[in-house]
Amino acid sequence: MTKIKSLADLRKLKDEVQSKIKLRENSDNPDHVVQIKVGMATCGIASGAKETMNSFIEELEQEAIDAVVSQTGCMGFCYAEPTVEVTLPNKEPVLFGHVHKEKVREIIDVYIKRGELIDGIIPINFKTIDD
Amino acid sequence: MTDYKMHLLICGGTGCKASESDVIKERLIQLIEDLNLDEEVQVVSTGCFGFCEKGPIVKVLPDNTFYTQVTPHDVLEIVEEHVVKGRPVKRLLYTDPKTEKHVSDSKGMEFYKKQIRIALKNCGFINPENIEEYIARDGYQALGKCLTELSRDEVIKEIKDSGLRGRGGGGFPTGLKWEITKNVENDQKYVVCNADEGDPGAFMDRSILEGDPHAVLEAMAICGYCIGADTGLVYIRAEYPLAIQRLKVAIKQAEEYGLIGNDIMGTGFNFRVELRYGAGAFVCGEETALIHSMEGLRGEPTFKPPFPSVSGYMGKPTNVNNVETFANVPVIINKGAKWFSSIGTEKSKGTKVFALAGKINNVGLIEVPMGTTLREVIYDIGGGIKGGKEFKSVQTGGPSGGCLTKKHLDIPIDYDNLIAAGSMMGSGGMIVMDEDDCMVSIAKFYLDFTLEESCGKCTPCRVGNKRLHEILDKITDGKGEMEDIEKLKELSVVIKDTALCGLGQTSPNPVLSTIANFEDEYLAHVQAGKCPAGQCKSLLRYDILEDLCTGCTLCFRNCPVGAITGERRQPHYIDQSLCIKCGACYEKCKFNAITLT
Repeated sequence: MTKIKSLADLRKLKDEVQSKIKLRENSDNPDHVVQIKVGMATCGIASGAKETMNSFIEELEQEAIDAVVSQTGCMGFCYAEPTVEVTLPNKEPVLFGHVHKEKVREIIDVYIKRGELIDGIIPINFKTIDD
Repeated sequence: MTDYKMHLLICGGTGCKASESDVIKERLIQLIEDLNLDEEVQVVSTGCFGFCEKGPIVKVLPDNTFYTQVTPHDVLEIVEEHVVKGRPVKRLLYTDPKTEKHVSDSKGMEFYKKQIRIALKNCGFINPENIEEYIARDGYQALGKCLTELSRDEVIKEIKDSGLRGRGGGGFPTGLKWEITKNVENDQKYVVCNADEGDPGAFMDRSILEGDPHAVLEAMAICGYCIGADTGLVYIRAEYPLAIQRLKVAIKQAEEYGLIGNDIMGTGFNFRVELRYGAGAFVCGEETALIHSMEGLRGEPTFKPPFPSVSGYMGKPTNVNNVETFANVPVIINKGAKWFSSIGTEKSKGTKVFALAGKINNVGLIEVPMGTTLREVIYDIGGGIKGGKEFKSVQTGGPSGGCLTKKHLDIPIDYDNLIAAGSMMGSGGMIVMDEDDCMVSIAKFYLDFTLEESCGKCTPCRVGNKRLHEILDKITDGKGEMEDIEKLKELSVVIKDTALCGLGQTSPNPVLSTIANFEDEYLAHVQAGKCPAGQCKSLLRYDILEDLCTGCTLCFRNCPVGAITGERRQPHYIDQSLCIKCGACYEKCKFNAITLT
């Protein structure tokens, strides 16, 4: 990694990583890449988020679904841990709560493969400064 | 892929369920099947929308129509008009209270979203172990801007103008603290991040460090630039291993990218960050005790002045800020003081993160603008009280704070209003209590905590709190006398006036605020020998009603201590001297023959 030597460097890097993330979102086949974020703060991990994340990675691999699974911090919905955000190509992100092994299966089969919603999705009830 | 053209989302949160959202869902499904539209329209129940006041909520996708206060009678109209003909049902749309107009598209109109995330903006959004994701979200831009475009005084002015106050609970103006530390002349100064989050039930700082560690590092560097410090120290409790690990990863990555270290962004400014671990003592959240602990001394507070800004870590000027305070700083620099100060109340700007816990449906981490009412937090975002029970009180400010009651539900939450109401902002723990919680026991619980955590240096705290605890013990044991309540008040005031540090000066607050707000409960314990919430076991009495008892022997067989006697088919009796008030008989009796008084 070359060090950032000026504010201009930083801005350039920002543009680069932004397009890198965009590229990941769109990837080679924009109709297929699914993005999955698993809430992995202490609270999430204590409720089994690590197993959830591993299940996603394994199951998606078996199904040969093109997906990016990443960890993130606390989403704030402690009553519904582990929480997982799934973004299908060209769709708004959808948040699922209480995601354990069986629910991972259901999310893949019902939402990711067929595009049907599942009971119990969590409406995003906050705005961030970017909204 | 099934090609649903429309989704109907029905809120399945507890509040909406109580107003028949289940029935609404069933009717919707039925009607849609009847019309043979079930291949095109999917009906789904969701978690809480955070707008329970106007529930039940029905949201239609893809057009984002947001219906409020829907009843089962409205279902037919929604299906016939909206689903079939594509015309929203106007009378069910949310009415904006300001414009008094119907709002049809909830997209972009965030009217129902009571939360604004500033400190938590990246929490649950970016991968905290990947600096690039932080940089993609404007990370380190604020530091770059400060170092290259703004003078130290300009940055401090921006922070002062924003109105940011310390989020650790004290509410001291952050910009002013920075200015004081800057103005003290010294060759070495320090920036300290207080991550010793100790209030029971509070986890705001941990979540920020675990979800967005770079924001804190960036803000510490900005602070270092302003006050003239080249070293930042994060004092974090060893009980937060994940937060520590994420911080370590963040520091390493920031160093690799040259965003922390020597000659940051070619400006000649040097700043390094180190971690210091605490062993989890509550008093070490107090800044002088925290500094002693970092120096390797006992975690005991010392008298202020001198303030850390003048003489802190290793006797050098030290600026101590809380995690959440720091997390606000980069946003203020990026978006401007004017933007930040447009949020909140007159004297408390911006937002506050709260950890909602206790007898509430949506336990969670929330961030609301200052000035939001307790009612909105508890009944909308929190989804109301568990099990449909009655709200009794909410404890804010941890062991230093107080209990707020029904009459405080509509006060806008900010630093000054909470103090006026006899509590305090504290670091942001909010513990909700219902009708089953005994307020005398709650006061005792917090004193238990303070007793454990008192460092023992000063007598008022070490001995005074012990005496307070003994009196509360006496009251919950049914042996209290009227003068005990007076003694509690008097002793509390003495402790507050004479204790050395913040811990002792605030430890009697839970006692004073429960006496002020729930004196009737104290009186019930002392005068009538009753615990209205049924929590104080010594004050409970189980009796068997002779005329209702059928002699089925179920209670006899379930009593773990053999306190129940009686012949089959004859009324049974409880020997009060043996009864341990476990309530097993009360739960088992099928004839309501056992009373609890």
